[in-house]
Amino acid sequence: MNPADRPIQRPRDAKLLAIDARGRITHMARRRFVDVLRPGDLVIANDAATLPASLRGVHGPSRADIEVRLAGRSSLAAESVTAFSAVVFGGGDFRTRTEDRALPPALAPGDRLELGPLSATVEALLDHPRLVSVRFDGSPAAIWAGLARHGRPIQYAHVPAPLALWDVWTPIAGLPVAFEAPSATFALDWRSIQSMRDRGIAFATITLAAGISSTGDPDLDRRLPFDEPYRISEATARLIHRAKNEGRRVVAVGTTVVRALEHAAAEDGTPRPGDHVATARIGPGSKLRIADVILSGTHEPGSSHYQLLRAFADDTTLERANGALEAGRYRTHEFGDSVLIERMPRVGVSASDGPDVPSDACGLAAA
Amino acid sequence: MTIHSEHDPSGPLDGARVAVTGGTSGLGLALLRELRDRHARVAFVARNRARVDEVARDHPGSFGIVGDVARKDDIYPVALQIVGDLGGLDVLINNASSLGSAPLALLGDTDCEDFELALATNVLGPFRLTKALLGALSASAREGRGGVVLNVSSDAAMNPYPGWGAYGASKAALHHLSRIWNEELSNDGLSVLSLDPGDMDTPLHAIAVPDADPETLKRPETAARELADAIAAALTRRRVGVVERVATLQEAGA
Repeated sequence: MNPADRPIQRPRDAKLLAIDARGRITHMARRRFVDVLRPGDLVIANDAATLPASLRGVHGPSRADIEVRLAGRSSLAAESVTAFSAVVFGGGDFRTRTEDRALPPALAPGDRLELGPLSATVEALLDHPRLVSVRFDGSPAAIWAGLARHGRPIQYAHVPAPLALWDVWTPIAGLPVAFEAPSATFALDWRSIQSMRDRGIAFATITLAAGISSTGDPDLDRRLPFDEPYRISEATARLIHRAKNEGRRVVAVGTTVVRALEHAAAEDGTPRPGDHVATARIGPGSKLRIADVILSGTHEPGSSHYQLLRAFADDTTLERANGALEAGRYRTHEFGDSVLIERMPRVGVSASDGPDVPSDACGLAAA
Repeated sequence: MTIHSEHDPSGPLDGARVAVTGGTSGLGLALLRELRDRHARVAFVARNRARVDEVARDHPGSFGIVGDVARKDDIYPVALQIVGDLGGLDVLINNASSLGSAPLALLGDTDCEDFELALATNVLGPFRLTKALLGALSASAREGRGGVVLNVSSDAAMNPYPGWGAYGASKAALHHLSRIWNEELSNDGLSVLSLDPGDMDTPLHAIAVPDADPETLKRPETAARELADAIAAALTRRRVGVVERVATLQEAGA
C-alpha cells in the first residue's frame, strides 16, 4: 500500500474496507461509516490530544545535536509531565527515514539535555542505549509552556511537510497525553457523532496515552507498544457495562481503544473506571471480551497493529482483505484509509487469554 | 441576572476548570478573582509576559499563559497549556477583545487592518480557541461535569452605535456564532453563552470613551459576579440534564 503523504485528516475520498463477521468484504466511502453501524451500537474513541513530543536540542556532555522523542509516561495526572521515557536520535529530523537516522551520542545517567527552553537530565538507560528515562527541570506549568513553544509533533518521512498541532489533534482531542495521534479517530467528525445520535448509536470516549509507533531500531520496535496509561470515566464504564449486558456491540475506534478496553476487562470481564496502565499485547488467540468491531487504519502485515487485527478476523480473511486493499489502491499510515472489522465468531474466543504476541518491526501507522 | 452576595463554597464552580482570555486587566482580571473566590481552578491567557507573570504571582494557584488569541499560531500552544495545566476543561471564557480602531473611528475612516484586527481578536480567535478546546469541553460534558463556553458580548453587537463599526460588527458576528454553536452543541451537553456585561470602567472602555465619567460605569467586579452566576447556572442545568438523560436511558433500557 502507498503511504498517505499529506496531513489531511478527512480527505473527501477516504476509503473504508468493511469486513463483517462472516468475512464478507465491502468497499465504501469512509465518511459514510456510520451507515454500517447498527442502532444500539456503542462507539468508543480515544479522546487523547497529541503532545508536541519531538524536542530538538543538544546533549550537554558531547555538545552533539539530538532529537528527543518523548515516548511514555507513568500516569495521566496533569502534573505528571516531569518524568518521561524517551527515544533519543542523533542530529537530523523526520525527513530522514527513522531506520536511517544517525545514532545519538553515548548516553549516561546524569547527562544534561538542553532542549530549547527546556532542560532535562537523563535518569537511566532502559535496557537500550537509545531508550532513556528523562526528568525535566521546572514546574509542570513551565514544562507545559516549554513543550508548547518548542515541541513539534512526532512525524515520519512519508509526510514531507512539517506537522502542526492542528494536523494531529483529532476533532475530539481533549487531554494532551498521546505521543502520537490516535489516528483512527481522524475518521470522526462532529457530523458523524451527530449522525450516530440520530441513529440511536451511543458515543463514549476513553483517554489513552498512545505511544510511538516506530523507533527505527529493530530491537526497540520489538518492544512496542510500550506500556500506556489510560483512563476510563465512570460514564464510559457504565455505558460499556450496559451495552454488554444487553448484548449490544461495542465498536472500538482504533487499536489503542481495544488495548485499553481489553486490559480494563481482563480481571473480571467488565472495564473498571479509573486510571490504569495497559501492558498486555493483543494478537491472534487473544480473547476479546469487550470489543466487537474495530475501526482502524490500514496496517501492514507484521506490525503490532496488524497483530491486533488478528484477534478480530482469521488469517485467511485478513489475507483476502490485504489483497483487496492493494487492488483498491488504499493508502496506509496515519492519514490513510481505514478498515472496519467485525469480530468473527471463531476468532479470539477459542483460545485461553492467549500468550503475548511479539510485535515485529512495527509499521508507522498509529491506530 | 441574579446577584448573590454570598457564594456557596460547594457551588457548581467549586473545583471547575476554567480558562479566561484577556485575564490580566479589566473584566478578565475581575473574572479571575471572582472564579478563584468560588474555588474554581483558573488558567488565564494574555499577551504581555511580564503582566502575566505578575498576575500569576498575585494569584497563587492560577496558571498564567502567554499568548495572543488574534494569532492563529498561538491558538494550539495556548490550548495545549490550558488543558495541560488544568488536566481538562469545564469552562472557557472568551473575554479578550479589541476595539479595532483606537480611538474609535467612523467606518469610512476605519483602516481595513484595524477591522481585521477586531475580527481576528473578537471572532476568529474565539472560534479557533473554542474549536481547539471542543474535545476537552465535550469530554467534560460526557463525564457529567458540564461544559460551558461564555463569549463576552456587548450592546454594540445589537445596536448600531456610530463610531463602533469594527467592534460592533465583530461582536455581532461573535454573538451569532455563539447562538449557532449553542444550537449545534446542545445535544453534546455543552452550552455556549453570549452575554453583555454592560458598560464597565475598564481600560478598553477608557480607550473607547476617554471622557466617560467612571461613576456612571459598572464596576468590572459586579459584571464578573453576574457572569459567574450565569456560568454556574448553566453548569447546574447541564449537570441536571445529564442525570435526567441517564435516568431516561435507564428506564428505556429496563
